[in-house]
Amino acid sequence: MKIFKPLFILSVFVYLYLPMLVLITNSFNQSKYGHKWAGFSWKWYEKLWNNTGLMDAFVNSLTIAVLTAFIATLLGTLMALAIHRYKFRLKSTTSSMLFILMMSPDIVLAITFLIIFIALGIQLGFWSLLIAHITFCLPFVVITVYAQLKGFDNNILEAAQDLGASEGKIFRVIILPMILPAVLSGWLLSFTLSLDDVIISSFVTGPGFEILPIRVFSMVKVGVSPEVNALATILLVISLSAIAVISLLIKRKQ
Amino acid sequence: MTNSAFLSLDNVTKRYQNQDVLREFDLTINDGEFFTILGPSGCGKTTILRLIAGFEKPDEGQVVLDGQDIAHLSAEHRPTNTVFQSYALFPHMTVFDNVAFGLKMSGVKKSEIKQRVEDALAVVQLHGFEQRLPHQLSGGQKQRVAIARAIVNRPKVLLLDESLSALDHKLRQKMQNELKRIQRQLNITFIYVTHDQEEALTMSDRVLVINNGQPQQVGTPREIYESPVNLFVARFIGESNVFKARITERLEDFQYMAEIHGIEWKIFADHKFDIDDMVHVILRPEDLRVMYIEDAPQESGFLGQVIERNYTGKTLDSVIKLDNGHTLVASEFFNEDDPDFDYKINQKVWVNWVHGWEHVIKADELKK
Repeated sequence: MKIFKPLFILSVFVYLYLPMLVLITNSFNQSKYGHKWAGFSWKWYEKLWNNTGLMDAFVNSLTIAVLTAFIATLLGTLMALAIHRYKFRLKSTTSSMLFILMMSPDIVLAITFLIIFIALGIQLGFWSLLIAHITFCLPFVVITVYAQLKGFDNNILEAAQDLGASEGKIFRVIILPMILPAVLSGWLLSFTLSLDDVIISSFVTGPGFEILPIRVFSMVKVGVSPEVNALATILLVISLSAIAVISLLIKRKQ
Repeated sequence: MTNSAFLSLDNVTKRYQNQDVLREFDLTINDGEFFTILGPSGCGKTTILRLIAGFEKPDEGQVVLDGQDIAHLSAEHRPTNTVFQSYALFPHMTVFDNVAFGLKMSGVKKSEIKQRVEDALAVVQLHGFEQRLPHQLSGGQKQRVAIARAIVNRPKVLLLDESLSALDHKLRQKMQNELKRIQRQLNITFIYVTHDQEEALTMSDRVLVINNGQPQQVGTPREIYESPVNLFVARFIGESNVFKARITERLEDFQYMAEIHGIEWKIFADHKFDIDDMVHVILRPEDLRVMYIEDAPQESGFLGQVIERNYTGKTLDSVIKLDNGHTLVASEFFNEDDPDFDYKINQKVWVNWVHGWEHVIKADELKK
């Protein structure tokens, strides 16, 4: 019975991580076909580097993801602060609208965006994609930051005021440091959501601006190329580094 | 302690959503005194504190501190500091940075900050805790940091909002003594808000009892306990047995005969009453005397039976139901000659009291 527990845990890990492990291994596999190991090679990474179409899509995706993450985090944080700290009309409407946005199926959002962009005459491409990504990331940031704000003792802000801090000072030295972990998580969440979105992106981007998930999606229709394995491995490394950096920052803060 | 008005609320009215929490409220606090505002929850006591701190502005009236009307000064510009019930320490700052916060905000020099923070931490006996974070402290230690963070600014008035109620009983008693010591040591005016009457009596120079936004009585703890001006104060401060009585005869000044539940008693009062005036006779549980029937052969007081007895260690508290329907609480200290003294449930007893220990107020003196 003693062996049962580690065995169980092991099988869960195998279930979760074996596919990724296979993918990483195959990205270094000499052979074009995944079921046989033919020796170590960087060749798929070289091929990927020379595949300008794929590399362009990769850079485009990263650009959109980073921009989306920054803008959504900024707007979302401000929104969470407003909902938490100030009383204004339509306050509850605003927060429930965010929920609706978050709960809506991607396909519904995708069609909505498409209709809006066409109606407003916005060309499908970089800007339409950026706007759409910021919009669907926003509620996640607001909810993350707002949850953190709600966990605070309101007296802390009064204590700061009582000790002579102005409104601006309270924001800079009390509120901001206290919500920083949530803001960073919001950033990371937006970055990841934006990077791997397919459904909405495929509706709102145009032929002039291709992003990675869509490119890969169209590539695998004709069979998985090992370049895609290499690319996926790189993406995995980027995501893991981002998580590592952010959790390090959060840990240091605490 | 000097007896000069240092802080006063003059004719202050405060409304929330058109409801008057305080109406034409007056209060005077002297320089250097430990003043407690005591009342049940929702009585307006925290509002008074917040008006003094500057978190709330009065709708009418003045708040005067040291000769200056501060009613419309916001909290960050007032020479007052608050110790919150929830401590409200900044969770991301060390103890040192928490305590230094107010000094940094007012631009005190770095070297002076260090010295003053150290001094403040010494006052609350937290030397050596400078680099800890709040979550590494116990409740009592957090409380001390909160106090140090407030007193380091040398406020003219220190406001304490139910500051000890989150601590356990033992620690609370310890902190009560600490607070008194700190107050004497710094000679700052302390205004303490609480619903705990024991705390109020223990710590204060003077107490204000308040109910529904109306001041009921201001006085020393002894005055409040021994001479409550109305039934609310009598019942809120400690336990009270209250009898309705009718004055039947005036013996001499301040001595009357009164009828309580059909029995005539001689009572002492510090008011003048007329024949047939209705009065309340207030008796603390420790004023009552309970006797076994067999020890008192002739009639001596009210007849009743013990319906509950509680051993508290120091005293034996018994609940006695009188034959006339009235229920009393009596509290008796243990006698060295009779350490086993106790009652049985349903035991018949006589109840009377030490004459002269009763407190008599007019029956219509209960303020609404």
